Amino acid sequence: MSAPVRIDVRDLTVTYPNGLVALRDTTFALEGGTICALVGINGSGKSTLFKAVMGFLAPARGTVAINGAPVAAAQKQNLVAYVPQAEEVDWSFPVGVHDVVMMGRYGYMNFLRRPAVEDRRVVEESLRRVGMWDYRERQIGELSGGQRKRVFLARALAQRARIVLLDEPFTGVDVQTETAITELLRELRAAGDIVLVSTHNLGSVPEFCDQVVLINRTVLACGPTEEVFTEENLVRAFGGVLRQFRFDQSTVQPHDGRTVTVLTDDERPLVFGKGGHLEYAERKRHEKLVAERAEREDDK
Amino acid sequence: MIDALLTPFHYDYMVRAIVLSGLIGGVCAFLSCFVTLKGWSLMGDALSHAVVPGVALAALAGLPFAAGAFVAGILAAAGMGFIRMRTRLREDAVIGIVFTTFFAAGVYLISVYPSNVDLRTIVFGNILGIADADIVQVVIISAVSLALLLLRWRDLVLYCFDANQARALGLNVRFLHGLLLALLSAVAVAALQTVGACLVVAMLVTPGATAYLLTDRFGRMIGLAVGMGTGTSLAGAYASYYFNGSTGGCIVTLQTILFVLALIFAPKHGLRAARARQRAAAAGGGA
Repeated sequence: MSAPVRIDVRDLTVTYPNGLVALRDTTFALEGGTICALVGINGSGKSTLFKAVMGFLAPARGTVAINGAPVAAAQKQNLVAYVPQAEEVDWSFPVGVHDVVMMGRYGYMNFLRRPAVEDRRVVEESLRRVGMWDYRERQIGELSGGQRKRVFLARALAQRARIVLLDEPFTGVDVQTETAITELLRELRAAGDIVLVSTHNLGSVPEFCDQVVLINRTVLACGPTEEVFTEENLVRAFGGVLRQFRFDQSTVQPHDGRTVTVLTDDERPLVFGKGGHLEYAERKRHEKLVAERAEREDDK
Repeated sequence: MIDALLTPFHYDYMVRAIVLSGLIGGVCAFLSCFVTLKGWSLMGDALSHAVVPGVALAALAGLPFAAGAFVAGILAAAGMGFIRMRTRLREDAVIGIVFTTFFAAGVYLISVYPSNVDLRTIVFGNILGIADADIVQVVIISAVSLALLLLRWRDLVLYCFDANQARALGLNVRFLHGLLLALLSAVAVAALQTVGACLVVAMLVTPGATAYLLTDRFGRMIGLAVGMGTGTSLAGAYASYYFNGSTGGCIVTLQTILFVLALIFAPKHGLRAARARQRAAAAGGGA
């Protein structure tokens, strides 16, 4: 494990030319290794915070420090890598998988950006690590959603970044890739790196993030997932935006016991009771069904 | 027969025109790869027209035309950037307004102060009658542009593909953006001599677009584009001797022929390949 990295965001305020205050007095600190989720509604300043950490924005007030130094110094050391959202990438651009991962090495190359033996070795190692070495000759548009994500993750690995920022990493990704990505992020955490994941996929957060920063134009709460991810905090962060399924108001009954299955694709959950029958979120208008099932199972 | 084919080479002005056209065609084609992928075709057209008042003023002041043209091009690009940032107008509207303004100013200046600049020369090019001083300027512009492109093309590719990654690695993205705009202005000035303001955009788009249909790798795209750009420019200038027609017209027509061929026959991104794929998919689905 290499020396741990730090991000210190202090009193950060970012304003846009149209007068919008995207972030106000935002303060938090992260120390590696951690996988930290950045959670908030659309427009809560998640991407602004990302841009500030990458040094793309000049803060109106406050500072962002990486290992105690300004972001520009961290850029020179290739410390920060960014895995973009699928929509941000031009997939018809004439570059292959190998070329994209090699772009992570530019900071190590000379003025002419001629790859050295070491660069090629690191690129191969990174591609093998995400299981994409066999696809190295493909043009990036010929890959599936999960494969595309893995290529950009390999680029962050090739960059030898210690801070990896991921924007909605699981959108458009199959379950297997999701598991593979999660596994890889855990390895980075074990190596002492900081992985900062911006997501609105709440269900996945407790599964792989040990810390959470909840934001809405400022930090509402930050800390270990089990402390921050409470109903109260999430209601504060999301207000009425979250979709709810309250079991005490639903058609789930005692006979369903603990066999209830909850299916969700990040929209409203689909809930099945015992034996796989459909449950409704509201008992209202389903009184007949509730009574029928109660009779059959002898619920009282 | 051979003698007839070699006639153009007996004339100094033809040889100069052929060589210069080839040089400019190659540099334009190199740049056209970036123009195509960055979606800057309209910008290329705009800059090639926006340099005209610079040429006119330089001629009046007795300065090298390239200096005036270059300054006008950069001013136009900066003006577009400024209006784009400060208003809600879309980019195409901004480009449309700014470049026509510059072009109009150029046409007006030339008509009011008739000097040694001929409007026809600017609009349609006149590589056959190019003056020695202009040759020097064109060669210097082409050489410097080519050198910058060869030194910086990998950074420019990264900038075009993923500006955020370029920034995250600490590359100076503003510099790269400016470099691309400056190259576009400079090369537009050089191409003005060969094909004229109206057709510069063809030299700055068509070879790159054709190459893009033929390959999925940027390095190969540059090679193909430069090959086609140089080849068509050499051949076009040569052929214009026999057709006794406009050099620019010949060059651009040749480039268009190559584009149409690529459009139809390109192994992967051509129309025939697309149809074959559709048929195969339909057959596979039916079985």
